[in-house]
Amino acid sequence: MKATNNHYDVVIIGGGVVGCAIARELSKYKVKIAVLEKEADVGWGISCRNSGVVHAGFNYKPGTLRAQLCVEGNKSFAKLCQELDVPYKKIGKVVVAQKKEEIRELKKLKAQGEKNKVDGLQIIDTAELKKLEPNVKGVAALYSPETAITSPYLLTIALAENALRNGVSFFLNTEVKSIAKLRNSDFRINTNQGEFISSYVINSAGLYSDRVAHMVEKDKYRIYPCRGEYYVLDKNASWLVNRLVYPVPQAGSGGLGVHITPTVDGNILLGPSNEYIKQKDNLSTTSQTMKMLSTEAQKFLPLISSRDIIRSYSGIRAKQAPSSEGGYWDFVIEESNSVNNFINLIGIESPGLASSQAIAKKIVGIINKKEKLSPNSNFNPLRKGILRFSEQDEETKKTLIKQDPDYGEIVCRCEQVTKKEILEAINNPLGAKSLISIKYRSRAMMGRCQGGYCLTRIIDILRNEFGLTLEEINLKGDNSYLFIGYRSDEVNKL
Amino acid sequence: MKEREVIIIGGGAAGLAAAVACYEKGIKDILIIERESHLGGILNQCIHDGFGLEKFKRILTGPEYAQQYIDQVMEKKIPFLLNSMVINLTSQKELLVVNREGLHSFHAKVIILALGCRERTRGAISIPGARPAGIYTAGVVQNLINLKNYMIGKRIIVLGSGDIGLIMARRLTLEGAEVLMVAEKLPYSSGLPRNLNQCLYDFDIPLLLNHTVVDIRGNGCLSGVTIAQLGKRGGIVPGSKRKISCDTLLLSVGLIPENELSRQAGIILDARTGGPEVDERGQTNIPGIFTCGNSLQVHDLVDNASLEAEYIIEGVVDYLRGKLKTKEEIKVSLGEGLRYVVPQRLVNHKDTIFSFRVIQPGKNKNLVFEDDKRMIKKKFLSRVNPAEMIRIKLTSQELKSIKSIKVRLK
Repeated sequence: MKATNNHYDVVIIGGGVVGCAIARELSKYKVKIAVLEKEADVGWGISCRNSGVVHAGFNYKPGTLRAQLCVEGNKSFAKLCQELDVPYKKIGKVVVAQKKEEIRELKKLKAQGEKNKVDGLQIIDTAELKKLEPNVKGVAALYSPETAITSPYLLTIALAENALRNGVSFFLNTEVKSIAKLRNSDFRINTNQGEFISSYVINSAGLYSDRVAHMVEKDKYRIYPCRGEYYVLDKNASWLVNRLVYPVPQAGSGGLGVHITPTVDGNILLGPSNEYIKQKDNLSTTSQTMKMLSTEAQKFLPLISSRDIIRSYSGIRAKQAPSSEGGYWDFVIEESNSVNNFINLIGIESPGLASSQAIAKKIVGIINKKEKLSPNSNFNPLRKGILRFSEQDEETKKTLIKQDPDYGEIVCRCEQVTKKEILEAINNPLGAKSLISIKYRSRAMMGRCQGGYCLTRIIDILRNEFGLTLEEINLKGDNSYLFIGYRSDEVNKL
Repeated sequence: MKEREVIIIGGGAAGLAAAVACYEKGIKDILIIERESHLGGILNQCIHDGFGLEKFKRILTGPEYAQQYIDQVMEKKIPFLLNSMVINLTSQKELLVVNREGLHSFHAKVIILALGCRERTRGAISIPGARPAGIYTAGVVQNLINLKNYMIGKRIIVLGSGDIGLIMARRLTLEGAEVLMVAEKLPYSSGLPRNLNQCLYDFDIPLLLNHTVVDIRGNGCLSGVTIAQLGKRGGIVPGSKRKISCDTLLLSVGLIPENELSRQAGIILDARTGGPEVDERGQTNIPGIFTCGNSLQVHDLVDNASLEAEYIIEGVVDYLRGKLKTKEEIKVSLGEGLRYVVPQRLVNHKDTIFSFRVIQPGKNKNLVFEDDKRMIKKKFLSRVNPAEMIRIKLTSQELKSIKSIKVRLK
């Protein structure tokens, strides 16, 4: 494959975890790749708003892509996270039956999992459950030792950074407006940032994948947004559970039920709810759902207290199944029958995170079959994340401060994030400078005071060390500025 | 490991007052550890006046009030570390400090926690809706405007009638913003009456009691909120929802004593105050670790935070000289009408200042201290208000030979 200037071999639309995984996987070959992302950073869609679970794969119907790719993805996840320096913890999961009648469902799940080649599944009784999870109430459980957790946003960022390092171009704030097929069979992709020409288009636009598909092929797919709301609990509540704790999934439901998810950082998530909504960008939380989350979680974890809540947020599933039908449709990962070289990824909802690596391999397989790609001998699979001062031992901390005094300045008190880490977060290779970008990379503003202490300090760093103007300081992209200017005296002085 | 007689964590109103009081009692081997680049704590961003009336009999601004103490610290040459944060505290009174010079271990005979408090956030009170830019706690805005000169918006709604919220309503008005209202979900204000008068009524800013924010709109920046009236049982009054466009939502919904280090050290906290359980001189369950100011209980006047710091020093001195007589411990139990009491236990039955907050406003009440059926003391209060801390002193004479103590509002 060859390309010139703004011509690419492959344009990937959507910088979520799947789009970035595809970009990285393709960068193992000599291919000129661009990723177009409409937001100011990668991973701001579905990828940063889920439970962060690397599912083992027992929830999905045997023979489906969801089952196959999830199991495959799960098995290579530890290695991926190691290469990319992303947190990964194989903590295991229990699906807890509240009533005797639900045990039958557990057995079904176990049999299904075994068919999908999930390792280590066991049905355990109350006593064994108590041993694993002393605070969880239930009559029996399905125990899955292979289920793990990761940081979904750090993984997305890491995939993107590694892809970038291996030659992929990233275009942030770049929204695709239309796509035309040219006479020479290339695609012309029009965006708010100009034109891109490409031989292949990979539609990895998540919630908007139906809209992107529609640009070349009318009304083929439809995505129904289905919102899930979450609570985040204080790290002080982390002793409540050791593993992921799930209820038995309800038949026909399009979610796994309100579960209790420890995060790699030591918080606990409660959620998500499961509600079809009209608008794909309606990330609001609602009071009814928030009440429901507490009630549901308390059923199997009575010690949960609303005092421990530090934040709520929501994510939106990209569902193909309409609300009238519920449940799940399988992932669609295929080249369009009518438009050559246009590859669609439709309805990548859960277990999209766990499957991301396997999905990327599948996409590369589709292209490789047609193009006989030649390997990129310069490909480097390794990427280094930001070193977390708070996780180091005392000796290392001393050495770090000696090497760079910025490690001795704590900017975020709750998460003990140092100035050095903030500087590295702002200096990220993708060039994202929104407060949310800094937050995801450094954990500053994620603790119990939610930025009460560090927000003003981070703004100082952006202003003093990076020369950002007041207008340039934003929460999550251009339309979310913080300041309308200086206060009056200061304006008069200018 | 460096050794000190007394280490004070926090160089704000309480910490500075504790340092000066220690010094004046002859304890001079002191170290104040402050994480900011200046002493004075949160007072530095409180540029309004009204401080110092109790303590200095003068009306001062926050920085002026802090300076009174800073001058004394300088004059007495009390050592302090700036830009230094304690990241670890053990029950053995060892602490680990980080700053640009490195990590430093200390041990002290006495540690005084003067950690201040933090603001309750939107997340903690679960306000539903979108999460756009333009939602701040009042203290953050105070910092941005007063210390950085940045202006955050033009049409402002304040949720919660805490004192900082009221003060910021006035401050933003003076800066040319329109403060549309202060909404308070309770049937009464949680700010001081004087702040209601001087910050809201004088500027015609409406205070809507029994009102709260039930929805937030805006994708990038805040575009508006929905306000609703709350009925007697806390539910939304039908038909009372009202959409209001605004670009800033300021939260003043409570302060939480800062006690992460206390937790680390294994100090027992009182769920009612959010601060440690202490005896009558601010000593926690760990001998030699004392606390005062807003990390013990949230004060409505800075003067009281300083006075409390001075008051506990008697306990510090007695502890260091081995004179802290611990008699049998008596729990202070809380009866009806009161949200909390400090101290939570008595061990040496000296003259003791008890601090309280009532649950709801009322008139013509009696605050009663009882030892089983026997009345120890009764104090008539013509007016009580949850916003105003009540402080009452019982003498050692009154506390002598009591077997139990219960306090309630009648």
